Amino acid sequence: MSSDRPVLETRDLRVVRGGVEVLDISEFAVHEGEVVCVVGPNGAGKTTLLQALCCLLRPSRGEIVFRGQRIETEYPVLQYRRRVAMVFQEALLFDSTVYNNVASGLKLRGLHGSKVRESVEEQMERFGIAHLRDRSARKLSGGEAQRTSLARAFAIKPEIIFLDEPFASLDQPSRESLMDDLQRILKRTNTAAFFATHDRIEALRLANRIAVMDEGTILQVGTPAEVMNHPANEFVASFVGVETILHGIVIEQNGGSFIANVSTTRVEAVGDANVGEHVLLCVRPENVVLATRRQDEGVSSRNVYQGKVKKVIPMGPYFKVQLDCGFPITSYVTAHSLEGMSIQEGKTLTASFKATAVHVIRNPQSMEQSLDQSINKGH
Amino acid sequence: MDLIFEGIKKAFWLLVTGDPEVMRITFLSLKVSGSATLISLFLGISAGTIVALTSFPGKRIVVSIINTGMALPPVVVGLFVTVFLWRSGPLGFLEILYTPTAMVVAQAVIATPIVTGISLAAMQQLPRKLRLQILALGATRLQMVWILIKEARLPLLAAIMAGFGGVISEVGASIMVGGNIKGYSRVLTTATVMETSRGNFDVAIALGIILLLLAYLINLVLTYIQQRERPR
Repeated sequence: MSSDRPVLETRDLRVVRGGVEVLDISEFAVHEGEVVCVVGPNGAGKTTLLQALCCLLRPSRGEIVFRGQRIETEYPVLQYRRRVAMVFQEALLFDSTVYNNVASGLKLRGLHGSKVRESVEEQMERFGIAHLRDRSARKLSGGEAQRTSLARAFAIKPEIIFLDEPFASLDQPSRESLMDDLQRILKRTNTAAFFATHDRIEALRLANRIAVMDEGTILQVGTPAEVMNHPANEFVASFVGVETILHGIVIEQNGGSFIANVSTTRVEAVGDANVGEHVLLCVRPENVVLATRRQDEGVSSRNVYQGKVKKVIPMGPYFKVQLDCGFPITSYVTAHSLEGMSIQEGKTLTASFKATAVHVIRNPQSMEQSLDQSINKGH
Repeated sequence: MDLIFEGIKKAFWLLVTGDPEVMRITFLSLKVSGSATLISLFLGISAGTIVALTSFPGKRIVVSIINTGMALPPVVVGLFVTVFLWRSGPLGFLEILYTPTAMVVAQAVIATPIVTGISLAAMQQLPRKLRLQILALGATRLQMVWILIKEARLPLLAAIMAGFGGVISEVGASIMVGGNIKGYSRVLTTATVMETSRGNFDVAIALGIILLLLAYLINLVLTYIQQRERPR
């Protein structure tokens, strides 16, 4: 997977548009064969980051270093662009055949003949579009078009590939199969990739590392497990799917665990925090267990609360149940459980979660500072 | 009704017998308007592409001037070209007034804004991100522009049709800068005007029909290319 030497590094990268700073990245790097997923809501700056790294827009400040050479001053932009590739949300194919589209990057590099043919055929085979070879790009389905776009990008054997939400406008089945293929091809070709997405599930599937972005900055960088289980702040927590985020004040410290007051109730959590400290307590919905009766005995969960069902939201294979226990708490249940417990709005239920299932974010007010430090230290 | 019928009969006769004067006039019309269209394509597609792909202060004003230019009255163009080419005018030393070359110049001035305006619109309707995609594929700026022109080739054909249609049918400028000299600078439109003023309606109708046929045939070819089934 990743080696020590980064393929691409950036330092102090800033982009200002119309007097407004839209991107501010202090330091970031991607290594050989590594897939970095840049996640964040729309408008977080993911596209700007990718375009800046691909040298498609001129940053206001900062430098991009490719294999140890500073782009523009030590290495020409055109040469750099010819060693990387980018795929956009729209396939952006040329009005020609699938074959010509896949070949276009190679032809732009002045290649022709059997070299082009072999490479194009290999990529068409890989992406399952060999049978569409002579079809006009205008007559492709969304999935086929995006496969052609990916094949065109991989045909030049890029050392880094930038993928800007390439699956965002595809239907679910096309997205699934294309994601499988992409994952396989990235692994086989050992290509470093930057993958921007607003879909955390996509990110979890593909990423070696996840960078969570908002308002032009990177809020947290880490492995999928780190980001999912130890979100650095409230924004990251809610973005990675932590449904229950409670604001509490520590009232008791028991060496390795503590008790915090959340509105009028007490929540126990494992972790260090000082008495009187403000903390955010994050609980993932899959860690909240619902029951119809209070079951204190024999249950290892210290945190057991009774509350009324406020809302039941179908989420495909499962249901999201929101409870009001004096504070809001969210859980996922299967259709089977929903029926078994006859859960409906207004019904009283018991929700419980273990003290170990609580992720603690300490001192939320000064979170920004500590984050900056942790990003500056590296990733 | 007889008049029209006679005209059609005459036109048919002139065409099948290959009347040398009519042939010469038709050939000169094609030559002058074809050359003017070619010049306007070179200038208009370049200008339209540059304006479409660059951003600069006052771009909107430039675009509105180009769009106004698309409706440039041929008579006004004829007047200005005459003034410029007049013996004592700024370009008088060229001594090309009342020659087919002057007609090419005037027609090119008429067609260039038409081609520029349509090219500009054709380039602007391409997705903005396409430019980034082409650059990301490793293209130089020049390669990018060439690909964009190729991508806009179908709407650009409309520019050729509009440009050619504009100049083959104009009469004001041609008569002013060409002088409608028999055997030298007489084209279909100027001859039609002259024959009509003389009361030779049959010849005028014949010339008119030939003009229409010519315009139709050329547009038919271009339309065929434009509408042709794209690769499967």
